[in-house]
Amino acid sequence: MDDTRIFPLGDSALTVEFGNVISVELNAAAVALADHLTLHPFPGFIESVPAYASTSIFFDIAEIRRNFPSFPSAFAAVSDIAQRTLNGLDISAAAPSRLVEIPSRFDAEAGPDLDIVAEKSGLSGASVIEVFTETIYTVFMLGFLPGFSYMGEVDDRIATPRKSSPRPLVPAGSIGIAGKQTGIYSLDSPGGWQIIGRTDVGLFVPDQEPPCLLRPGDRVRFVPLQK
Amino acid sequence: MSILIERPGIFTTVQDLGRHGYRRFGINPAGVMDPAAARLINAILGNDDDGAVLETHFPGPTIIFEEETTAALGGADLLPQLDDAPLPTWQVFNVKQGSTLKFTGKRQGHRCYLAVKGGFDLQPWLGSLSTNLFAGRGGFLGRRLESGDRIKVNRRNMPTPVLMHRQISPWVIPPYSDSPTIRILPGAEFEGLTNESREKFFNQEFTISTTSDRMGFRLEGEPIEMSDRQELVSAAVGHGTVQALPDDQLIVLLADHQTTGGYPRLAHVISRDLPLIGQLGPGDKFTFQMTTVEEAEQLKLEFERNLKFLRAGSKFDSVPN
Repeated sequence: MDDTRIFPLGDSALTVEFGNVISVELNAAAVALADHLTLHPFPGFIESVPAYASTSIFFDIAEIRRNFPSFPSAFAAVSDIAQRTLNGLDISAAAPSRLVEIPSRFDAEAGPDLDIVAEKSGLSGASVIEVFTETIYTVFMLGFLPGFSYMGEVDDRIATPRKSSPRPLVPAGSIGIAGKQTGIYSLDSPGGWQIIGRTDVGLFVPDQEPPCLLRPGDRVRFVPLQK
Repeated sequence: MSILIERPGIFTTVQDLGRHGYRRFGINPAGVMDPAAARLINAILGNDDDGAVLETHFPGPTIIFEEETTAALGGADLLPQLDDAPLPTWQVFNVKQGSTLKFTGKRQGHRCYLAVKGGFDLQPWLGSLSTNLFAGRGGFLGRRLESGDRIKVNRRNMPTPVLMHRQISPWVIPPYSDSPTIRILPGAEFEGLTNESREKFFNQEFTISTTSDRMGFRLEGEPIEMSDRQELVSAAVGHGTVQALPDDQLIVLLADHQTTGGYPRLAHVISRDLPLIGQLGPGDKFTFQMTTVEEAEQLKLEFERNLKFLRAGSKFDSVPN
């Protein structure tokens, strides 16, 4: 993690950035740091947000200044905490991630863009589904919508860029591909990802705690349902 | 004890200081666009700092108080009237049973907040009363207010005559303006701007476009260009993050922003100035000014101190109930 840099995200947050690529290793570090801070919050900690290759930490300026008065700024204090947490973190020793199975339908109705992915890849629709479902994906981060999961990495053979103009309505549960990323729409929403299937599993479950099925760091396997 | 929404106005929601701890699940904090206004009026009423308020726009709602209540308005001056008599903002007022509050014009700012003593009696979602319109949760049934909605007021809300006409000192109120200077900290990609664009960032007035809402303000101005527009992997963004869009125009993310984004992060509005930008609307203009982390923190702490004094004073005045 030699390329790690820490910069302010405004005056009440900072970002620890491990790099600018989508990689399982960098994401594991981001999730480990975010999870550690959530489990062991420092005074003034509000929340941590893991992303592809970074963790952002939100904090209360007044609380930080009161608790860490020897630092010239809250930013300096939280930077120091983040750096020291990182130094003490054994990422390989982190708890094994959960494997979540997502029963899914892959047909023309559930996956209106299966044809496009098949055409771009030169594979049959059935082969696209086979290639897609034999990978176990990592949940890199949640964002865009409550519970929307950004996962990877999609096999190069079927990686397909997003649509040039987004659909006005993608139904909740839709499974999409955008380049080497895959994701599941957690709510009805406009969206530009290539939709190849759908699940009835609830991704956003507002009355549960936590309110989302998937968490950063989870592994996901799509299990095709027979019609 | 409740208030009745006779007419909902163009966009009225229940908000507090936001839902924190759930960004990692893609659930944004939402919350008021002008945190200073909400906190100040809650302070003079002796309410919790994080108490829920109604955020109203113009045309505003018409609200009937079904019981005697103590309340305060702050933020924008939308020329409020109580039973057809002009009502000052930033001041505690007592409302008789059956009184009607309405808003008759737009003098300054875009968002007026109503707090009632005791707060609104609503069910929090994930620890907050802020309305999340995407999730359809929080606030009042997870949606904008509609005609006929009835919001209960907490029973500990008893009129306390001692508090009547208590005002907020003008020097505590944010210096609202229709063309403010908004102080920023540079973002991670600020250095990636061309030299010319770095100057243009500070030396022009930006206009807020008509396609602006609680998610963010799109800005119109001379193009702001990156010298090398590299692809970024998505990372967390915040309330006040200024991003460069692919068409070289800017967007300022606000209360309902998505939790993550992949556009270059050019700047972040400092906490102290979020209320100033939060009171702007389409057509308003402002300029950016650079500041430092240390200065931004001092400005934030200064506001917290002022608020603490105000709260201490309100506590001293109020009658326990």
